[in-house]
Parts: sequence; structure tokens; C-alpha cells
Amino acid sequence: MTVFESVRVALRALLANKLRAILTVLGIIIGVGAVIALISVGQGAQREITQNIQALGTNLLFIEPGARQQAGVRQQAGSFPTLTYEDALAIADEGDLPIVGVAPELGAYGQIIVNRLNWDTRITGTTPSYALVRNFQVADGQFLDQHALDARSRVIVLGPTVASNLFPDQDPVGQTVKISVHGRIGENFKVIGVTVPKGATGFGSEDDQVFIPLTTMQQRVYSQLTTRGLRNVEDINVKVASPTQMAQATAGIGQVLRQRHHVSQDDFTITSEDDILRFFSQVTSVFTLVLGAIAGISLVVGGIGIMNIMLVSVTERTREIGIRRAVGARRQDILVQFLVEAVVVSLVGGMIGVLLGVGIARVLSSVPVDGQYLQTVVSVNSVILAFGVSASIGLFFGFYPALRASRLHPIDALRYE
Amino acid sequence: MDRDSNVTVAQRAGDREGAVRQPVIVARDLTKVYRIGTQEVHALRGVSVTIEQGELVAIMGSSGSGKTTLMNVLGCLDQPTSGEYYLDGAEVSRLTDDQLSAIRNRRIGFVFQTFNLLARTTALEQVELPLIYAGAVNRRQKALEALAWVGLADRVRHRPTELSGGQQQRVAIARALVTRPSLILADEPTGNLDSRSSEEIMAIFERLNAEQGITVVFVTHEPDIAAHTRRIIHIRDGSILSDAPNANSRPAHPAVSTDTGR
Repeated sequence: MTVFESVRVALRALLANKLRAILTVLGIIIGVGAVIALISVGQGAQREITQNIQALGTNLLFIEPGARQQAGVRQQAGSFPTLTYEDALAIADEGDLPIVGVAPELGAYGQIIVNRLNWDTRITGTTPSYALVRNFQVADGQFLDQHALDARSRVIVLGPTVASNLFPDQDPVGQTVKISVHGRIGENFKVIGVTVPKGATGFGSEDDQVFIPLTTMQQRVYSQLTTRGLRNVEDINVKVASPTQMAQATAGIGQVLRQRHHVSQDDFTITSEDDILRFFSQVTSVFTLVLGAIAGISLVVGGIGIMNIMLVSVTERTREIGIRRAVGARRQDILVQFLVEAVVVSLVGGMIGVLLGVGIARVLSSVPVDGQYLQTVVSVNSVILAFGVSASIGLFFGFYPALRASRLHPIDALRYE
Repeated sequence: MDRDSNVTVAQRAGDREGAVRQPVIVARDLTKVYRIGTQEVHALRGVSVTIEQGELVAIMGSSGSGKTTLMNVLGCLDQPTSGEYYLDGAEVSRLTDDQLSAIRNRRIGFVFQTFNLLARTTALEQVELPLIYAGAVNRRQKALEALAWVGLADRVRHRPTELSGGQQQRVAIARALVTRPSLILADEPTGNLDSRSSEEIMAIFERLNAEQGITVVFVTHEPDIAAHTRRIIHIRDGSILSDAPNANSRPAHPAVSTDTGR
């Protein structure tokens, strides 16, 4: 008996009891569909986070204050201001380091006001090299320059989100806005530029912020004092020359800061973009695995459904088995016949399930949740996986019923009522 | 199949003229013991029988006499507990399950009281079934010929539920003869049929025996069936009681043999 004939016999047996076949297949459809859809959500999250982190700029190191011991208690990283503008300058001036840019920043949340319009956003005080280090480009006007930094000028560069909200119908460059932080009405700032949109990222939109000179920020808007009485910066971004020199740069920066701070124990932490990426991809991998496993349970339940129905089918068709044995079918022929039937059920379920899963993934990514679109990724791997798993489930759960069928004695089978 | 189908009929016709002939069945001292719980049931207690090619034989006995067990053993559906069984000269009582399947497929045809056709399957496909397991070529052609031979050329697309009892049994006979076996075993083949259909079926068996030279063994408790045969073996309590030629062999009414049974 050829495979083709086995499949034909299997299809006929299934069509003989359509409702039962549909219900059995449905179990597999739901299982495979769930696996595909949920893994697509997990992989979508993974891709989104990876993209967001990479959008920060490549070869980045972040220096944050922190991990300081206070009365024997290790404090949370970033909980205590220890870094200053001067630290950033010292790093930039250290000639031996393989770095191309250093940009300290100090941020605060505040309100930008233009006439009757206002917009709550993040105010980032930084230096001109920030544009280079964090991959910002200017669409209109210019970015902060050294003169503005030295003169503590009241100039401002708007992110595109802020610009479009405050200046819906006019060119913002040359206009004046007012900055208010902590409810205090602040001073007028002159708009000198608007940045190019970078798109939404996972940590809030990078387009929804404004930039002012770090010195202006420290003096006129908001700052804290370090233990040594200096105005602080929140963190220092460093762009390293090449990915292979990350470790060298990290070590060099650590040395510079340790010398400057005169501390035995580091009061700063240096993380690389890779560290962040690795951390998040670990998190999302687990997330994807958990989602897949939950969906996998329904696939197993579907498989048990197949086994159940195949056992019923073998009992019902005992006589048919006897007839086939009498006219010359070998045990192996009977085994193959019932196995093929189970595999056909699970493969048909698998195919429809893949379509269903892809459909669900599409729907999920096209319906906004809180104004954001969920990214879903249906990878070829997950389709092959679901397909392979459903075929294996047919084989696994179909084997025992098929074995029972093949072990029936021809005489008993023929006499079965 | 192809290479020997035409030769076989000629050979068998020749055999009947008294040329070299090998018995289809040689059974020596067959026993069969079933174990039900702690009890041993002796279904066959030393049966020896020889059946020549081209014979038309009835094995008779009441229910529980062991005749069904004997048929199962002779049909290679079951194996004897002891004894020897040669089918077409080959010892088959100690073969593996797969080898028995192959022998049932090529050398033996079965016809049952309850027809035993597959549900929802056309007559053509029923008859093709043994050929599928044989891996034969030209299956459709052979199946159509077999169906035409039993007078069902116009019923090949019909399913069992669309056929009368007599027609279903004819499909079963076509299925049994399509592989050109040396032996056809018929277990109460008319038990579920009215008398007119019974006559038709018996006529087909006789024609099968006469025209194709296939050995036919009936297993029955009905004297009417046995009356058509040329040799009657009585069996009781697992042993052969008598084995004698049937002097009064009565052929079935030949006029109905080609009737489609409508």
C-alpha cells in the first residue's frame, strides 16, 4: 500500500464522520494558532526592544552615579548625585581613550508654554556633542553650539513631537517659548532648531523632549548638588570609536573617574548598550518561552483529543480491520493506515492553525492598545516549529491507537459485533 | 498475477484430466487448544484431511463442532496448536504473521455469512482491496473483470447500502476471486440470504469451480448447501466423523446464474 493510498483511505475515513473530524482538527487548530500567535507577540516584543535600544546610537556607554555605600547599606544605582560636568570634560580630555564623543545630560520634567498652548515634556540639558553621541539630527535650524553652552544662553531645540504640538501652523525656529519646572514660571527661551523624528521607542518617545544647554539647565532650571558641592549631571553618554574597544574604554573611564572622585569604592556605574540589549533579550526570550509553553499546553490537549478519537475509531472499525487482515493486510499496513489518519488530522489542523495564528498576529498588530501598536513577528521558524510539532503530535498520539489496531487478531476482529 | 492467471486455468483444467496434481490442502493431525481462564478447550482434536485441486467440498457440523476453528486454520487466519498443514505443497502452520498475511492475500479467498464488505465503499474499491495489498498492477481492470464475472458489471459504483444481500455477497465473491487464489473458503455464504439469492450464489460458486478450477470449501451446517458439493466432511467435537463423496450432488439452477438479482 503506497503512502498516497494510505492518505486517500485516511481522508475517506475522516470524511465519513465529518463533525467528529472537524472537532478533532479544531483542537489542533487552536493549539497551533495559539502557539503561532503568542510566539509572534513575544518575538515582536523582542524585535521592538532591540530596535529601540539600537536606535539610541551604537557603541554607547552610559555612566550613571550610584552603587554607593551609605552607612554600610549599598544604595541603588543612580540614587545619589556624584557625576558632574567636569567629570565629562575630564573624560573627553583624556587623550588615550578610544572615544569619539562625550555628552553629559541632566533632565527634568517640565512644561513648555507658547501663548495659550502648553506641553508637558522632558527637558534635557546637555552639550553640543549630544547630537553626535545619541544620533540626533536637526531638521530645521541648528543644534546647541559651544557658544550657547559657554554663555549659558537661553536657547532651546525642540523634539518634533513638541514642535508639532506647540507650533501647529508655523515654523518654530525663531519663536520664543517659556519653560516652567515644578510649577515655577520660568524664563523665555528662543527656539533655535527642531530635531528629525526618530520614531517611538520603548522608553517613551525620544521625539518628545526638548534640549537646552547643560549650563543653562544647571543654573536656571534645575539641578542637585553632589557631596562635594558641585552641580550634578544625571548621566554621561560616551560614544566609543568601535565595538571592539568597549572594554578598553570602560576601564579607562573608570580610572579617570576614580582618580577625580578620590574614592576606594566606585560611586558610578558604567553600562554598555550591549549589556542593556542582552538583559532585555534575556527577559523577552523568557517571555516568549512562557507564552509558547502556555500555548503548547493547548496543543497537547489537542493531541489527546486526537488520541481519544483514534481509539474510538479503532474500536468502531474493528470489523474493517478484520476484513483488511483477511484479504492480506499486514500488521504494518494497519498500523500505517491509522497513523497516517492521525497525522493527516494533525497536519490539516496544523495548516489551518498556522493561517489562524498569522491572522491573529495581524489583527493584534493592527489594533491600537493605548494608542500604541503591538509589534508581532511571525517567523518562518515558528511556522516550521508549529508544523513539525503538530505532525509529531499526530504521530505520538496516533501511535498507541494504531498499534492497538494492528495488534488485533484477524479472527477476533472479523467476529467483532 | 498477470503471468500466471491464464496459465492457471489451463493447468487446472489439465489437472482434472488426471495429469500431475498436487493437493491444495494437506492437513495432518491438526489440533487447536484454546485456553479460557484455567480451562482448556480442545476445538480440534487431530484432524487430518487432504483436498485436491478443483474439489468442491462441504465441511459440515453443528455449532461448537470445531468447523469454524478448522476453517480459520485452513484459511491461515489462525495457527494450529500442533500438526502439519501444507497449502499448495508449502508448510504454513509455523509461518510468521506477515507471511500468513501474504498467503491469505495471494492464495486464499474468503466469503463470509455477513458479507464483510467495507462500509461506504464502492463495489469496485471493495474488489480492488486485496490487489492493493498485493501491490498488483492494473487493479481497476482486474476488479472490473471480476465484478463482470459475478454479473455486477452495472453495479461497480454502488455501495453496500445500495445493493441487495445477494449482490453484496457477489461483490464479496468477486473480491475473493480477483487475486486468482487456489482456495476459496466460504463460511455459511447463504446464511443471510433468501432462497432465491442462495441459489444464485451457489450457482456462482459452482461456476467458479467449474470454469476457473478454483477449489471451493464450504463451511456450513445447512444440508442444502452441502447438497451442491461433491464431497462432504462431517465434523463433531473437533474430530472428523465422516468424509465421503456426495453421490447425489445437485447443481444449482443454472438459469439464474447471470441474473443481476433485481
